[in-house]
Amino acid sequence: MDRFRMIFQYFQSNSESVMNGICGLLALASVKMYTSFDFSCPCLLQYNMAYGLGIMFVPPVILFLCGLILNRQSLVMLEEWRRPQGHRKKDLAVIRYMCSSIIQRAMVAPVVWIIVTLLDGKCLICAFSGSMDPEKFVSFASVSPVQAQQLLAKVPCKDDELMRNDTSRKAVSRYLRCWSQALGWSILLILIIAAFLARWLRPCFNQDTLLQAQHWSNYIDIEQKIFEETCCEHSRLFAHKCILHFFENMRQEIKLHSFSLPREGEGDEEKEDPLQGITDQDQVNKLLKTWYYEKPPL
Amino acid sequence: MDKFRMIFQFFQSNQESFMNGICGIMALASTQMYSAFDFNCPCLPRYNLAYGLGILLVPPFILFLLGFVLNNNISMLAEEWRRPQGRRGKDSSVLRYMFCSMAQRAMIAPAVWVSVTLLDGKCITCAFCTLVPVETLGNASHPHLSHRELQRVLARIPCKEIYNGQELIANEVAVRYLRCISQALGWSFVLLITTLAFLVRSLRPCFSQAAFLKSRYWSHYIDIERKLFDETCAEHARSFAKACIQQFFEGMSTDLVAARCHLPRKAPVDVGEAAEKLLGITDQGTMNMALKSWHRCKPPLHLHPPVLPTGNGWAGEGQPPTHTSVPRRETAAYYSWV
Repeated sequence: MDRFRMIFQYFQSNSESVMNGICGLLALASVKMYTSFDFSCPCLLQYNMAYGLGIMFVPPVILFLCGLILNRQSLVMLEEWRRPQGHRKKDLAVIRYMCSSIIQRAMVAPVVWIIVTLLDGKCLICAFSGSMDPEKFVSFASVSPVQAQQLLAKVPCKDDELMRNDTSRKAVSRYLRCWSQALGWSILLILIIAAFLARWLRPCFNQDTLLQAQHWSNYIDIEQKIFEETCCEHSRLFAHKCILHFFENMRQEIKLHSFSLPREGEGDEEKEDPLQGITDQDQVNKLLKTWYYEKPPL
Repeated sequence: MDKFRMIFQFFQSNQESFMNGICGIMALASTQMYSAFDFNCPCLPRYNLAYGLGILLVPPFILFLLGFVLNNNISMLAEEWRRPQGRRGKDSSVLRYMFCSMAQRAMIAPAVWVSVTLLDGKCITCAFCTLVPVETLGNASHPHLSHRELQRVLARIPCKEIYNGQELIANEVAVRYLRCISQALGWSFVLLITTLAFLVRSLRPCFSQAAFLKSRYWSHYIDIERKLFDETCAEHARSFAKACIQQFFEGMSTDLVAARCHLPRKAPVDVGEAAEKLLGITDQGTMNMALKSWHRCKPPLHLHPPVLPTGNGWAGEGQPPTHTSVPRRETAAYYSWV
């Protein structure tokens, strides 16, 4: 249990690890979303391609935007980019570093979606079954071209009565799925090679500027967090003082306007009174009404 | 400091086990990926070989590179390799040790994938179904087919529902034959890998054990040193930020006191802990100005030594605001970051 606490604390203390964790969670969420999504190809000539390609490309855009939104560092980077120069110089290398790290993390979940889609194959079968050449497949070569197109469009729907046991349907489906899987694995291979080269070759170019950019981007992040904490602490104290003054004023007003304050309470004015001199229902109601209608100035 | 120590202890004691854990997780992930992957042989003459061998060889290569990418030590290795010599000598045996240990760990998940694929048999069946020896396994009494037609029929062996060469060669016979070869290959592969691993582990102490111990120690040292440096920089950044913000608020309140002729009469002048914690900001206008100034005009990254407080608690009393801001700007321009 101790070790888990240490691990948890470690991940929380390092903002990069938190972002990596969020990125991994989004990737898992995208896989889960795909498996629970009920893909249903329209099996109509005009709609197949739009549906298939839409399912392949629209959710990745949504996941990309989610990745940007959930990443705290994107706000920090935008603020650093847009702030006036003032007393502190702006370093473009830091902003570029932050931008590239944010975009890299946000791209993981969309890429996972696209690859899972391609490896599964349903989207591509739905989108491109209508574009196949009917001559290559026995059942479709023997009918008129228009009918062949319509039959091809019905290929993704296995439960259709016409298509259920048709061997050519299975051949088309298998052919397209094979291409889809080959495309998926190729994209994955290219991305992994790119990631490997990036990690391997990065220290060869400008390692010192990179270390500086990394340090100062981390600094900006920490500074923003500490500033917010300081402001929170300050506002808590401010509010405390403000409310204390308010109660003090209310107590004095009540003392002025009513003579029924118990005598023994006067001696306790010097000490800290948790009830602040407000001791009956009417006083509390008056206090609450005043708090709502006439909040004290800041 | 306590957190610092806890993290240091965690990494020192568990560095190797952490990497072994990642390696084990990837091996499990590769079996999971294989079972989740929907193997779909195209059953066409030229495509079968490409598809089958592709599924057998491409994912292991991806897993191998992924094993390197996920290992944080790779950028450390490259950095150690490319750094200028400076005042610390470079030892190539340390680099070789680091690379070998990373490569060994990265090889486990691909080996698992290849073994699982071969033992399952679908890939080999798909890739080599056109090379089944029809003369020995098939029925002798069949009409002679052209080579192309034969290839097309044999290519459909993995797809039972469209196989139409039952009189040429029975589907079960061909599949069983191919699967038997695939499983034999699979077990041989596992035996070979295990034997190699055993030989490497048992024979290594016979060759230059002292040098090996030295390389291992210094590679761990480089790793720990890098992690400690990152932690120290993070701690320093935190302290720097705290001091910078503190001085920013102090500077703000000094400017405002100097700009105004009077302190707000309503606020009780209780110079003590509470006033210090309030950082001298006691009304809405001041706070708004502080927040605006934080965005518009961030303080320079240069900490000046804290000025001792004078009688009434305000630092820098009596200085006009313009004079306090100009030196700061000059200082910021003079010193570079870090």
